[in-house]
Amino acid sequence: MYSFSPNPEQEKLIEVTRRYAQELRAAAHAADESGDLPRPLIEKGWDLGLLQTSVSEDYGGFGERSVVSSALALEELAWGDLSGALALLAPSLFALPMALAGSEEQKQAYLPGILGGAWQPFTAAFLEPVYDFDPLAMSAKAIKKGDGYMLQGAKTCVPFAADAPAMLVYAELDAQTQAFIVKAGQAGVTIGERQKTLGLNALPMYELQLDQVELDAGARLGGPDGHAFVPLLAAMRTGWAALGVGLARAAFEYSRDYAKEREVFGSKVAQKQSIAFMLAEIATEIEAIRLLNWEAAWQLDQGLAEDAANSAYLANSGMADMAMMVTDRAVQILGGHGYIREHPVELWMRNGRGMANLSSLAMI
Amino acid sequence: MISFGKSEKVQQMQYVTQTVAENMMRPVSRHMDEQEGEIPWDYINFMHQAQASMGETRFLATEGDGEDEQKGPRESYQLMAHSIEMLSWGDAAIYLCTPRGGLGAAAVQAAGTREQKKKFLPMVMGKAPAFSAMAITEAGAGSDNSAIQCRAVLDEANHEWVLNGEKIFVTAGHKALVDTAGFVVIWATIDPSLGRAGIRSFVVEAGNPGIKVAKKEKKLGIRASDTVSLVLSDCRVPYANMLGDPKALEDKGREGFKGAMQTFNVTRPLVAASALGVARAALEEVKRLLVEGGLAPRSGLPRQKLTNVERELIDMERMLRSSWLLTLKAVWMSDNGMPNAQEAAMSKLHAGEVVTRITQKAVELLGPLGYSRVFLLEKWFRDAKINDIFEGTGQINRLIAARQLLGYSGKELR
Repeated sequence: MYSFSPNPEQEKLIEVTRRYAQELRAAAHAADESGDLPRPLIEKGWDLGLLQTSVSEDYGGFGERSVVSSALALEELAWGDLSGALALLAPSLFALPMALAGSEEQKQAYLPGILGGAWQPFTAAFLEPVYDFDPLAMSAKAIKKGDGYMLQGAKTCVPFAADAPAMLVYAELDAQTQAFIVKAGQAGVTIGERQKTLGLNALPMYELQLDQVELDAGARLGGPDGHAFVPLLAAMRTGWAALGVGLARAAFEYSRDYAKEREVFGSKVAQKQSIAFMLAEIATEIEAIRLLNWEAAWQLDQGLAEDAANSAYLANSGMADMAMMVTDRAVQILGGHGYIREHPVELWMRNGRGMANLSSLAMI
Repeated sequence: MISFGKSEKVQQMQYVTQTVAENMMRPVSRHMDEQEGEIPWDYINFMHQAQASMGETRFLATEGDGEDEQKGPRESYQLMAHSIEMLSWGDAAIYLCTPRGGLGAAAVQAAGTREQKKKFLPMVMGKAPAFSAMAITEAGAGSDNSAIQCRAVLDEANHEWVLNGEKIFVTAGHKALVDTAGFVVIWATIDPSLGRAGIRSFVVEAGNPGIKVAKKEKKLGIRASDTVSLVLSDCRVPYANMLGDPKALEDKGREGFKGAMQTFNVTRPLVAASALGVARAALEEVKRLLVEGGLAPRSGLPRQKLTNVERELIDMERMLRSSWLLTLKAVWMSDNGMPNAQEAAMSKLHAGEVVTRITQKAVELLGPLGYSRVFLLEKWFRDAKINDIFEGTGQINRLIAARQLLGYSGKELR
């Protein structure tokens, strides 16, 4: 049967995550201006155990993956601050694909250490510096070389690349996207300067050059036969869409509250239909995309891989349009004040644009 | 627990209604559209018999007589939404000719007392098919129903209400009053000085000499469904035909109107479901014709790699699915007795827009083929538009949703 209410456990998760997200929100402006997220704040978020809850006890976690629950949590985090959320979640980019698709050996080698320790900037190199980046036809190539592999190509917007103990690097091998474990200091990997982007200023991101990167046989995620990529992509898209919904909800709530305070011609701005209708449309579209993404998440939980891939794709592309529309309107509703950096809506609008460009910076 | 699993009941309902849609609706769709005013009796008789034999799981009618005896989670409105979506995928105009259900019965179900449900609902569930309709709109009062002029005056000596006035845009009014022995729910004011708070709804049965069908409209679409004007002159109905608990209504407070408005929280998502059936029909047909024309649309690629047509199709698919989920959530809330004024309005405004955009795009994408009456796309384009208008225009539903979101009264946000 259909149901649209979170269960009590999920309600609790939402509540706890929201409380932490308020701290992210409080730190967001300063972090965006300085380019620096306070490390203790990220470490505090690590104590929520979001990643640990998604991994079984066999590998140092204490739970079972529920994509629906994670989607609820990610919405809350991004409602607080997208940069903060992505920083906190960076280790998931490495650990979750490993938990889902790694070989027994790989899981034992990495997961207990990551899950049992403090937050560490494990990460993944996924996006590429091209206009038509396609996760299913990557420009970065992997070829078999002897027992191992050789990687060649370029990656962009890799969070924490400079400090990561290890990362997953995605590349095309025999017309399939595959992930490879690359450790810090690997020969052939050149990490560029920290990138400057339109938004996400508080999240350190780097470009990578991969020049004849030689890896041994054990580096391929899942072992010699590799792994299925499509379910990982669906999970990335679902996670990313959940973040977009949270970002949009933040912009909606802020502009709604502003419109209820601000006076114009003897009434509140929100009492004008032109503004009220915008808010109604915003709220409707956020809810529409949220439900679409919940369905994708639910399908992933049910093991309906094909349905999930399609739903996650729809949710993700719909979210990108929705997040841009909503964050743009939030600035519009604040008028001149929206353009001033004292209000958060301009930051959300910059981050909102990135939702179409940086899809897959999350894993759920 | 958040779940998107279809129950077996829903799947059965979809299977059955799809058979009806494919065999009894699509084959006569074009004919019924072109012969405006012809009544699709084959469909009506079939549906009447079919629903009578189905017992509890009827396509459209509401559950039982309002006594809550059902065990386990309720899903009658979810079942209705699924059947309405499928029947409207077959033909939205013919769907509006489905006997037994209708807005009148929905009003009785939502606002009536147990006795009223027991009295009026069986009227549309007898041996012969019968219809129920709802009459709200007047020449000078549409969405602003505080401007309703139709009067109800209590004749205390006879314990009767006397109704006078004119109503327009009554869906299935002719079938309810002339073609079958059904009833119409009339909105009228018991005291014009009270504005909205004075509005009550009254059941007027077929055969009442005080009510007459004055005119049948000719429309852009949904032509198989009659839309009429009604004239009430000294139309007398028993006191107990005023819907709702008389004690609560007598105090002339706002409760009376609230009861009437609750009908909309139930029916708006159902209108959305109908809209989305049309939208799905159009999307499936445009895809079929494109494939036939040699274009196999791809999906799952980055937007930068897609053609314009492929992007349009993906947008249509996304709009359709997300709108359907909004609708499902709104009916699920109805089933669970949750207040859903906001969700009902949101589902309706979204679906109304989605169906007009999808059908307009579908006609556009096929060029001259889309414009041709050889296919049904041009018909669906015309049928679609009503969904952005009846049961509150898209703008009225924005207003309602905005009031809910902002916590504003009707006075604060006009």
